Amino acid sequence: MSQEGVSQEMPHDDHHHGPDKGILRWLYTTNHKDIGTMYLLLALGSLLIGGCMAFVIRAELFEPGLQLVDPNFFNQMTTMHGLIMVFGAIMPAFVGLANWLIPLMIGAPDMALPRINNWSFWLLPFAFGMLLSTLFMEGGAPNFGWTFYAPLSTDYAPPSVTFFIFSVHIMGISSVMGAVNVIVTIFNMRAPGMTFMKMPLFVWTWLITAFLLIAVMPVLAGVVTMMLMDIHFGTSFFNAAGGGDPVLFQHVFWFFGHPEVYIMILPAFGIISHIISTFSRKPLFGYTSMVFATSSIAILSFIVWAHHMFTVGIPLAGELFFMYSTMLIAVPTGVKVFNWVTTMFRGSMTFETPMLFAIAFVVLFTIGGLSGLMLAIAPADFQYHDTYFVVAHFHYVLVPGALFSILAAVYYWLPKWCGRMYNETLGKWHFWLSFIGVNLTFFPMHFVGLAGMPRRIPDYALQFADFNAIVSVGAFVFGLSQLIFVYNIWRTTLGNKGEKATDLVWEKPTGLEWTALPSPVPYHTFQEPPKVD
Amino acid sequence: MTRVGISALSALLLLTSSHSAFAEWGLNMTEGVTRISHEVHDLHMIIFYICVAIAVAVFGVMLYSIIYHRKSRGAEAANFHESTTVEIIWTVTPLIILIAMAIPATNTLIDMYDNKDAEIDVQITGYQWKWRYTYLNEDVDFFSVLSTPQDQIDNIAEKNENYLLEVDKPLVLPINTKVRFLLTSKDVIHSWWVPELAVKKDTIPGFINESWAIIDEPGLYRGQCTELCGAGHGYMPIVVKAVSKEEYKIWVTQQAIEQAAAKEVKDMSFDELMAQGEKVYSTNCAACHKQDGSGMTPMFPALKGSAIALGDIDKHIEMVLDGKQGTAMSAFAEQLSVSDIAAVVTYERNAWGNDKGDSASPKYVKELKDNKK
Repeated sequence: MSQEGVSQEMPHDDHHHGPDKGILRWLYTTNHKDIGTMYLLLALGSLLIGGCMAFVIRAELFEPGLQLVDPNFFNQMTTMHGLIMVFGAIMPAFVGLANWLIPLMIGAPDMALPRINNWSFWLLPFAFGMLLSTLFMEGGAPNFGWTFYAPLSTDYAPPSVTFFIFSVHIMGISSVMGAVNVIVTIFNMRAPGMTFMKMPLFVWTWLITAFLLIAVMPVLAGVVTMMLMDIHFGTSFFNAAGGGDPVLFQHVFWFFGHPEVYIMILPAFGIISHIISTFSRKPLFGYTSMVFATSSIAILSFIVWAHHMFTVGIPLAGELFFMYSTMLIAVPTGVKVFNWVTTMFRGSMTFETPMLFAIAFVVLFTIGGLSGLMLAIAPADFQYHDTYFVVAHFHYVLVPGALFSILAAVYYWLPKWCGRMYNETLGKWHFWLSFIGVNLTFFPMHFVGLAGMPRRIPDYALQFADFNAIVSVGAFVFGLSQLIFVYNIWRTTLGNKGEKATDLVWEKPTGLEWTALPSPVPYHTFQEPPKVD
Repeated sequence: MTRVGISALSALLLLTSSHSAFAEWGLNMTEGVTRISHEVHDLHMIIFYICVAIAVAVFGVMLYSIIYHRKSRGAEAANFHESTTVEIIWTVTPLIILIAMAIPATNTLIDMYDNKDAEIDVQITGYQWKWRYTYLNEDVDFFSVLSTPQDQIDNIAEKNENYLLEVDKPLVLPINTKVRFLLTSKDVIHSWWVPELAVKKDTIPGFINESWAIIDEPGLYRGQCTELCGAGHGYMPIVVKAVSKEEYKIWVTQQAIEQAAAKEVKDMSFDELMAQGEKVYSTNCAACHKQDGSGMTPMFPALKGSAIALGDIDKHIEMVLDGKQGTAMSAFAEQLSVSDIAAVVTYERNAWGNDKGDSASPKYVKELKDNKK
């Protein structure tokens, strides 16, 4: 009660809040909007760096033979590309969106733990600085794949592996703190009347994601610590000669790794649900089933890890268990796709850039999901495993999946954040070039994979040449078209171009961020909790 | 039917319709040459068609809505947003499809795990970056190394048809015989994959995995390592040569004789040692230490001007024989014959401006090796 009294007096207090000026604003800030912006910019930077690494990979693979880089550097590129994109682009982007949106969506003035929020962001530039610095070390950067299987990543690793381990530790600390913050915020800071089953889906999916993060990031920290011990302190966790087991590494890694996959897609489900509903001008179909489906996916994600390891020689019973549990994931995932399609059905649709990306998400993520179902069939996986078919599969769920959802989210909420509309024509160009580029890049990978091309090779047999050339062209189209996005964001925010956004921005969006706040949102919001019916 | 389906799909996707062109490009999983590989191919096609059917249904409804339920056509939004019945239907239906799919998959998997009653046992050992095949019931044991010349990889010479998929000595197996593979590794994890046999198993240091195949038709079947194993991962192909049982018997006898002969220690001149040494070096050492001996520091030290190559010859030979613990330098005592080791040591001491002028004789290497035992 007394709190309410204080906040009502706030306007009279001559405490006109605005951000500090200059670099210190960003260093010291505890404002969820500032921190969200920094996360998003870090993600954008990582996306461009990781994209350049993809360019190196695709340029080398444009035709058979070794043209540009030696195999060792090629392996460094595939490794760093994976690490940077997973830990530097996709995850921070979602944390950035969570920072911006969760308080606005639940009617909270800020995140519950603002200083921890600041710290969890500022750890990241150092973590990635350390990781990138390995490229300039003697012996080069990590070259053992983003999955860093022992003993290639222990006894046979370049010296820079130690820096890689510390950098993973720092990222893990950052992620866990971010997740704790999300959970505490959602549990304690909801506006009166905002019950759990009234929470917007983005909040729900992030809540579940945050629990996944807390559960598995320590497992990742554990596995890299075991590596550290093996490398420097003479233990033999992953060395059979000393009584250890290289396969133990894979079990522990994928116990982290599979939930990690869902960490990168669950928030996307939330985003897409909002966008499809808004542009179909129809409430989301099956809100409750969406919540349950997301929860089931999260729970299932803990018992499917060995489907990444069908060929390591696990016993038949284990193989069957992991095949069945993996196939089960198709059920809640299917429910989500059906709900989205039904939301569109008999709607009144328009196709602004966020909606285009959202529709592409549903189509292309479903293709990635279906190839995932194929991969779940263990006997067939013996032929798919570690080929380009797998590369095609996980890029379909991560690029037109996770990444498209992030792009859609930025287009969708940017007018609310900065008060100006992005340029729709540029947005459409960005979408169509990305859509064509992404399919040109990743669809033919299914074919070369089925035809027998292993992943992570710097050079390939001649029968794969034509498709690889197409893939490389597609990759450059896709990569370069992201510059349109960067320009569009720049001109809308710093360039101050584009028409002023209305408070609602879109025709009939639902949610507190649209209905209870002006555009652009002020630096401080919801100092008095809004009314939720 | 299968071919037509696949190429129709790709024709759609790639806006072209030439069927024969795609056949050359390789679009689909091979049917292979074993019963298991046929079963796996069939499973793959069934699940593929199920996925296509689901995709057509889902995307069909979506496309319909996109065309007819758009605002620009004056569509009014309905307001329905819940139906427990519908949710139950689309939870249960996929579940039934999945169960139907799981049954044949389970049967095939049980088949694949039936390692009993093998007539031939072959141990497959992964090395960075070559394969070793040991026929457990015969005196046959050899390494199989990529035979594509470096010039083709470096785009100096024209690439031949089997670029990167050819080896010096293929794994020879009889047809219509159950062959059991026992897979392990000397260093990091590799994975032995031959698509036509539908066999892909990781080779794990310190552990032995099992798999098997009965090959139906004679022929050459090519595969590759499919687990990232370091810089040479793309350069350790597999070639299986399937022959009739009679041919196989002849081959085994010949191999046993040849391999016994190769173990004899001959005297070799300096020039012979250098010539053989260069060959041994390119196939076994150049991937890390580089063709010109410059290495890739600090992981793979340079041999040009190195303290070992220019120091005590005994230490040099021992390094090659025993390798160096805790590094990527493996022990070559079992991998190379004594004359190969003598040749490569001699070569390393006298190539790229190294000018020791001395040489190791095969006899001397054998002496050092025997003393260790």
